[in-house]
Amino acid sequence: MSAGPAVAPDRRRHVVLTSTESDSHTWNLVFLQLVLEELGYLVTNLGACVPDQVLVAECLSPPPDLIVISSVNGHGYNDGMRVIPLLRSRPELATVPIVIGGKLGIGGAADADHPAALLRAGFDAVFADDGGVELFRSYVRELPARAAA
Amino acid sequence: MTLDTLGAGGPPCATGPAAGAGDLSGIGRGFGAFVARAKAAGRLVVQPRMGMGSPRLMREGLLATRRADATTVGTITIDSYTRVGNHAAARRALADGIDLNGYPIVGHDTAVTRAVLHGVQDDSFPVQVRHGSATPQQIFAALVAAGLDATEGGPVSYCLPYSRTPLRESVANWVQCCELLATLAQTGAEPHLETFGGCMMGQLCPPGLLVAISVLEAMFFRQHGVRSISLSYAQQTDPEQDAEAVRALQRLAAELLPDTDRHVVIYTYMGLYPRTPAGARDLLVAAARLAVRCGAERLIVKTEAEAHRIPTIAENVAALELAAATAAGEPRGGGPVGDTGVYAEARALVQAVLELDADLGRALVRAFDRGYLDVPYCLHPDNAGRSRSYIDSAGRLRWAEIGAMPIGHVVGASRPRRVTAADLLGALSHVESKYDRAALGRPAAAHLPAHDRVRCADGGEMAEHDD
Repeated sequence: MSAGPAVAPDRRRHVVLTSTESDSHTWNLVFLQLVLEELGYLVTNLGACVPDQVLVAECLSPPPDLIVISSVNGHGYNDGMRVIPLLRSRPELATVPIVIGGKLGIGGAADADHPAALLRAGFDAVFADDGGVELFRSYVRELPARAAA
Repeated sequence: MTLDTLGAGGPPCATGPAAGAGDLSGIGRGFGAFVARAKAAGRLVVQPRMGMGSPRLMREGLLATRRADATTVGTITIDSYTRVGNHAAARRALADGIDLNGYPIVGHDTAVTRAVLHGVQDDSFPVQVRHGSATPQQIFAALVAAGLDATEGGPVSYCLPYSRTPLRESVANWVQCCELLATLAQTGAEPHLETFGGCMMGQLCPPGLLVAISVLEAMFFRQHGVRSISLSYAQQTDPEQDAEAVRALQRLAAELLPDTDRHVVIYTYMGLYPRTPAGARDLLVAAARLAVRCGAERLIVKTEAEAHRIPTIAENVAALELAAATAAGEPRGGGPVGDTGVYAEARALVQAVLELDADLGRALVRAFDRGYLDVPYCLHPDNAGRSRSYIDSAGRLRWAEIGAMPIGHVVGASRPRRVTAADLLGALSHVESKYDRAALGRPAAAHLPAHDRVRCADGGEMAEHDD
């Protein structure tokens, strides 16, 4: 990511906010857009049912400071595991924070293992089910400090 | 696959008709005729939102719905992969043993779906496919091949909130699907199509726009040859406003769809659902009362599990039976309903669209392009996105901004309000909070559960859009 002198000091940090290919829900995205804007981010909201290729293309033009995947249809784990290698395989996105949250499974016993598997696969944080938006806000607030460290 | 491999030992009703539906097996085929017979018998038809990936479970669910102590129709809700046309992903999930959030009707062989339905679906127990697709051609082909003839959706209602498909393409897709469904009439069937337009975004869409889109989609279906149609309306925030909206829907439908077999279907609240079992039940009871009070013919129920996960078959049956028992105890068509302008607002919207083009598909595309129809909080690129709604202090859904919609003379001037994340979450969880607080016997507190609900600020539902 460019950090040269051309970057204005008040440049707003940019986030790509997205659902997954199979997820048609958007209230989560409408809400998270407001949360992120209130945290000072410029939000590109990709809306419902974002195909993998569209997501990757949007995340490359140009690479954002943060990628947030929100899914609530119960396929988030499955979709997240498929999408994360596509994103991480692009050199421009190797170090961009990528997080996922929502209702990631349909409630079976296997759901308990999902967060650990998603982290292993390359997500920087997983906000599963009942974690709450305050955790997400805290994580986003601390990002600039982490990036500088 | 055969019936045996589905674990079904034969027709379920060998010893007699299903409870609740048996004496409605008179003449007249199809979904619309069944609902008409129930209405004549003074009964509300109740229906689950149910879909499982496994054919065996799907059949069990349909059987349990049929056997419920209620006048029921069956539902096959399609999974999210099939809805977006990713049939390979659905088949892969089936092969890998990953749970799907609905029945992959394209991924399963026609013979499998026929086996699921064999001995379950008949004139006394019609089954409807619910899907949520803006590109539904393969879903329509699969349901027709399996011997089904009732489904739902619409060119607007399954495009704008739930897809990235351009509206123009969705309209073309739905023209094809209506025409395919209409051809079934040649076989002696009476295919049925339900609008989903009364549910835009699941919540926070003011009733006038819901009524208008529901009527416009019904007219679109009729223009493309479908003669048996239901018009949906989803329960919103206030029972009086909802009753007014349902009456407006009935009145407009009577004016604009005179030569059509039609009925009204109420959806139990499609937004963020109460988390307490008692709150969830109370909201369903309110929906059943709304349906009966307004003379609506059918109700889609929700369960106690709605806020937490996809419900079990038993939870669905419990919800069907609670709704049926509530309806049985209510006077039909009771009481006067006020007029705060919902009919006038819906009429103005419909009229403005009809004046754009004689072809309803083209008229709808132009209407959204010009912002004459503008769904609040809808992110689709073809939606103008200038309208905003809010819940007023009396609990009614109102316009904060109308954009270019031609309803200024009805709703009057309103002051644009900046909506914060907290405001939005408060509005999204208004109904849930109200019913949960009442159930818990707690005093009112502003925006009570807001901050831990980001996970499903979508409407809390999974199997069907919903949202």
